[in-house]
Amino acid sequence: MNLLDFLYFIVPMTIAYAAPLILTAIGGVFSERSGVVNIGLEGLMVMGAFIGILFNLFYADTFGAWTPWLALIVAMIVSALFSIIHAVASITFRADQVVSGVAINMLGIAIALFSVKMIFDKGQTDFIQRSIPLIDIPYLSDIPFLGPLLFEGLYGSSILAIAVAFLAWFIIYKTPFGLRLRSVGEHPMAADTMGINVSKIRYIAVIISGGLAGIGGAIYSQTMTGDFGHATINGQGFMALAALIFGKWHPIGAMGAALFFGFAQALAISAPGIDIDFIQKIPTVYFHILPYVLTILALAGFIGRANAPKANGEPYIKGNR
Amino acid sequence: MSNRFINILVPVVSIILGLIVGAIVMVFSGYDPIKAYIALWNGIFGSPYAMGETIRQISPYILAGLAVAFAFRTGLFNIGVEGQLIVGWFAAAYIGMAVELPAIIHLPLALLAAAVAGALWGLIPGILKARFGVHEVIVTIMMNYIALHTVNALIKSISGGSYKTEKIHETASLRSEFLSNLTDFSTLHYGILVALAMVIVMWFILEKTKTGFELKSVGFNDQASQYAGMNVKKNIVLSMLISGAFAGLGGAMEALGTFGNIVSRSAFTGIGFDGIAVALLGANTPLGVVFGASLFGSLTYGAGNMPNEAGVPIEIVSIVIALIILFVASGYIIRVVLSKMSKKKEAK
Repeated sequence: MNLLDFLYFIVPMTIAYAAPLILTAIGGVFSERSGVVNIGLEGLMVMGAFIGILFNLFYADTFGAWTPWLALIVAMIVSALFSIIHAVASITFRADQVVSGVAINMLGIAIALFSVKMIFDKGQTDFIQRSIPLIDIPYLSDIPFLGPLLFEGLYGSSILAIAVAFLAWFIIYKTPFGLRLRSVGEHPMAADTMGINVSKIRYIAVIISGGLAGIGGAIYSQTMTGDFGHATINGQGFMALAALIFGKWHPIGAMGAALFFGFAQALAISAPGIDIDFIQKIPTVYFHILPYVLTILALAGFIGRANAPKANGEPYIKGNR
Repeated sequence: MSNRFINILVPVVSIILGLIVGAIVMVFSGYDPIKAYIALWNGIFGSPYAMGETIRQISPYILAGLAVAFAFRTGLFNIGVEGQLIVGWFAAAYIGMAVELPAIIHLPLALLAAAVAGALWGLIPGILKARFGVHEVIVTIMMNYIALHTVNALIKSISGGSYKTEKIHETASLRSEFLSNLTDFSTLHYGILVALAMVIVMWFILEKTKTGFELKSVGFNDQASQYAGMNVKKNIVLSMLISGAFAGLGGAMEALGTFGNIVSRSAFTGIGFDGIAVALLGANTPLGVVFGASLFGSLTYGAGNMPNEAGVPIEIVSIVIALIILFVASGYIIRVVLSKMSKKKEAK
């Protein structure tokens, strides 16, 4: 296998693995920019993955080719609703946001597996018949080199993910809502004094993060696994959390980090099959732990503490200084 | 109502609320909650065998709970107990299998190896926190995944490509024929004694030593502690070390007592995460952890009886546990409701 074949093989796979991470990490950006730590991304993704598969299995006959896309929407709605639990606990009830997030993770996987056992009477669901299809983008895929590299055999969901990243950048940095969102996360008391409803903005942000994580989960399950079981999501949500930190709480940065983690995952999974000498020599475990090690190094090294939103993790109590 | 009373009441109310919401979930899913909870009860207390297994299950929960609670007391949130437990499990299984020594040395050595492995895994986030101010929550989460993948790779390499290690030698085992016979041949082992000893160790460190005083002081207010001349950084590292050692011993319970080896895993054990619930419920005190661990250990073991006896999926107990955590975390609102209720009573 020469370098060109390797690139044609690994680049599309990287984008495919990155898409769910991008969406979930962007969700995290919204939540954390508003000052609510969201460790619960994993649980929200699990919920999305489960609902996506469930909808796909039950309605594939009714909706035909539209099924996986409708499944994404349904997964988004259910995960958004599910994230309200985190919002109520951490905003209204002033719970420790990290603990509440941990509870969301446990609750997400528990509810999903409970439902799987109830509906299918076994540990995992059946396989879906209609997964998200691979498409070629007309005209663009005819470009030499770049065409087959980036625009051939692409999941439509990956385009969605990248579009959402740019949209999120626009919303957070170029709209009044984005300004409010950031101000609430940096200095809620100042924002409150200026007449911004801190709780409302935070609720909206957490619900957006739930919705995006739901889509992310549903994309993962409908492109990568095709069914849902206890190990379907296995850490993708935490990897998205890492991407969000690695990307310095910035949508485009998070997308870049997610693409990099997607590359690491693609390498880890396909490494044994890649016929390139130096990759064969590296044990796959190094690829598996690479995203996590890099995140730790990044935190210790070139990302300072100053980048996290200042009020991240602190419940806002009116009248407290 | 006194503050102290409310502090005890909050977890109790949370447990009751968790069980009630769990029951509601079961009703809506078409299961019989009363039958399910009876099955749960029988799964825990139904026979000497079940009770032996329940106590066996409680031991790692105590240690995981102690690990979370100990770090909490220094103001650190150690989500990495899961990873520290896995590396401890591996270290104990490896020492138990690879060396041959008389029991009097072998068993303590295996336990020590687990504690050291866990401590080292806790040391990294501790140093990063102390030296660079990196938030320990993120680092410990990442360390969990590194532990999972690394241990899987190590199992594969030392077993020559297999997915599990060989069984440990008898000399390193915590298994006890006496305890096993007592409980109708359950897998109950001496691990519970190790766990209870560590409860006393934690109490002793925190309440009776100068180090413990410093650790707690840093937890209350690190700046004041710094001003008073304490070495905050040293205390943060030390706290993570000790916390990791407890977690590592929790892994040793599984390696030397329950399973006798380590098997490659695709997902986490969950014990470490449940340790957070245990510590929260026990208000981060050693004695509280014993109660919390008894509750969650019993629930998780007893749940195994629910599919057979009541036809309810085992996961309902995970739902209940998650709900209890959520309610304990939202203690603020429970406090508000409780104190309003008590004020009304006083007004009458």
